[in-house]
Amino acid sequence: MNPSASAPLLTLRRIAKNFGGVRALRGVDFDLAAGEVHALLGENGAGKSTLIKVVTGAHLPDDGEITVAGRTVRRLTPTLAQQLGIACIYQQPALFPDLTVAENIGLRLEHGGARRRIDWPARRARAKDLLVRVGAAIDPEAEVNELSMPEQQLVEIACAVGAGARIVIMDEPTASLTQREQARLFTVVRELRTAGVGVVYISHRLEEIFALADRVTVLRDGASVGTHDVKTMDEAGLIKLMVGREVAQLYPPAESPPGDVVLSLQNVGCAASGVRNVSLELRAGEVFGLAGLVGAGRTELARVLFGLTPADSGEIRLNGRAITLLSPQQAIELGLAYVPEDRRRHGVILEMPIAQNMTMAVHRRIFPGTWLRDGAELALALDYVRDLAVKCAGPDAPGGSLSGGNQQKVSLARWLATKPRVLILDEPTQGVDVGAKSEIHRIIRRLAKDGLAVLMISSDLPEVLGMSDRIGVMRGGALAAVLPGGSDAHTVMAAALGQETGKGAA
Amino acid sequence: MKRYFRELSVSAALGIVLLGLAVFAPAFFQPQPLLSLVTREAPTLLVACGMALVIICRQIDISVGSQFSVCSVCAGLLAARGWPLALVVPASVGLGALMGAINGGLVAGLRLPSIVVTLATMVTLRQGLNLVRQGEFVNLPDNVQWFGLSQSAGQWTLVLSALAVLVVIGLAMRHWSAGRQVYAVGTNAEAARLAGIPPQRVTFLVFVFLGALTGLAAIMNIVQSPQVQPLSGAGLELKVIAAVVVGGVAIAGGRGNLWGAFAGLLLLACVSPALTHLHIEAYWEKAIQGAIILLAVVADGVRQRRAGP
Repeated sequence: MNPSASAPLLTLRRIAKNFGGVRALRGVDFDLAAGEVHALLGENGAGKSTLIKVVTGAHLPDDGEITVAGRTVRRLTPTLAQQLGIACIYQQPALFPDLTVAENIGLRLEHGGARRRIDWPARRARAKDLLVRVGAAIDPEAEVNELSMPEQQLVEIACAVGAGARIVIMDEPTASLTQREQARLFTVVRELRTAGVGVVYISHRLEEIFALADRVTVLRDGASVGTHDVKTMDEAGLIKLMVGREVAQLYPPAESPPGDVVLSLQNVGCAASGVRNVSLELRAGEVFGLAGLVGAGRTELARVLFGLTPADSGEIRLNGRAITLLSPQQAIELGLAYVPEDRRRHGVILEMPIAQNMTMAVHRRIFPGTWLRDGAELALALDYVRDLAVKCAGPDAPGGSLSGGNQQKVSLARWLATKPRVLILDEPTQGVDVGAKSEIHRIIRRLAKDGLAVLMISSDLPEVLGMSDRIGVMRGGALAAVLPGGSDAHTVMAAALGQETGKGAA
Repeated sequence: MKRYFRELSVSAALGIVLLGLAVFAPAFFQPQPLLSLVTREAPTLLVACGMALVIICRQIDISVGSQFSVCSVCAGLLAARGWPLALVVPASVGLGALMGAINGGLVAGLRLPSIVVTLATMVTLRQGLNLVRQGEFVNLPDNVQWFGLSQSAGQWTLVLSALAVLVVIGLAMRHWSAGRQVYAVGTNAEAARLAGIPPQRVTFLVFVFLGALTGLAAIMNIVQSPQVQPLSGAGLELKVIAAVVVGGVAIAGGRGNLWGAFAGLLLLACVSPALTHLHIEAYWEKAIQGAIILLAVVADGVRQRRAGP
């Protein structure tokens, strides 16, 4: 297959890892040779991050075997991984922002107790030398917070080189880089390869994989589905490997044709959050699925529509009337509702009773005057508890006592109580068990049938495919494609990755 | 029941102390001294109500003592110039609200940590007052003391109006949208923002509200004596924060209520007269109050660890 037929640098066999009942990894095989760039590819949630954490010692696998340079490792800890020459460069570099580059490098590479004396000239000299070796024109005396993101990545790489790392893992290193910075990073990666380092390269951008990698391993649903020589693969083949699975679940069908346009966006953009030039129309009674990779700008678009990061260009119309959305209060008054992604942090207030959670956004509307009567509040809460079948001890139980799916229903109830016209759902079934998931799907479909316009953001591809009347695919902050409902996974994935639909994102 | 465990246990502790006093020192319950004791605590109760709101909102204000002194002196000076109380009261409340607005503006507007902001305003206001007044007392005209009423009528007026404020705010915290918003912001500001509650505005307003209550409390204080001491508010911040924390308001925000703070205040206020009546040396007062605070904090810590993740 590939160069140097000697023992591979890293071999993983049948790696498995469970989190509670969730099988994050179930039998991953992977190997890395010296002097190769080996790409790791997979959908959101395919298990890439978990696998990296296993290799860097952050997670102990439940099963499987890790061999580093011919030596089988029983318990890989972060310290041991470092000693074995494994280094990881994360998308968000983990440096100390208020220390200088030299100090950061020193902290990583110098060993010894708290009482050792620091040899400042040696520290500076080493930092300078390492930065030159990775081709970075960075002053070792500069504070890290003065550096750009790619410069920080180079500092991380310098640390890895300085530690004598033989295995370097790069997790989406180009996600926030410009073309030129990307080209420079590629040069550094190629130099590492020439120096005999094995690089595990994770990226969603297929063109990078073709430009840089020697081999590619595809993960799907926590298992490796094949390792291939990049030269023998094409884009279509890779996408097929990534999405090739059966849609096992049944989704409730659309029961009524969509009605009038409720919300329309014309070239909406927000420079601060990276949303660019989005145009779409949302109809009453329609579920519009928004697919895309993590970081493609879907949540950012939702935040624009909810007035959290107001749009700075384009036009938003509600029922034909141009509106500006500058704050959530305004959005709520206009009839928009946003059920946020991370319900434990941003949705349900865990310490508050269910009833209070449900009425939080509607105090003024449902209670005449400003006096909240317990009776009225409980009645409203009970209505929704019954309507959405929330399993709870009673409307007085704290939000934190509920399961994920039921918390999501409480979060949903809060917004239904505002009687919205447009409902934006961000990952409505993330971390929800299967039973509650299909319940939530039925609720969403029913709401649409009752005339709500639903914008559903989801990283769960089968969910998007099964639930949506139309599917928007976002990439790089822009709406890359709008596909009809019932499109296949392959088409959606291709659009999300930027293939076939061509230059749609520009 | 379980949700109000903290409030109930403080009330129980208060009950036990009162019961003990009834048995060992029935003299404590003589009406006139008791009324005087309660009257002395009436201004503290108002400030404690405001402080409870600020702490529920996950902030703190340690400048209330200085605000209290400034309001007392200014109100005294206005009264000495012959202003009628009907004007002095709103002036003092307004001045308090203004100082609260400065704190609130710095904390909410610039997102500065409240402990540092109010530490700065505490020192600035206190030293500023010293500089201007050089420690001089303000002599009040006769008609100010007890609002020109008899002593006991004045005392009843103070106690009842302080209780009325407590009841109104206590109910409003549960039944007014504004009260709910304070809890929401104190528990999870980001979630509150996503639910359409503006966290910065709520934060600003609780500081203003505390300032206004402090201004009102200053009036309640100056009417109790013929003179205004320039440092009447010294140490007030510790007293009210202690009362609020003992009463079960979580310093981390979002939890607790005014009834608990009220019980906490009474419990701490009982210590000193109880010692006198039981013929224990007064030196023990601070030590016992400190022990009560420690006990309350430890109880919270234990509870939180048990409930924790």
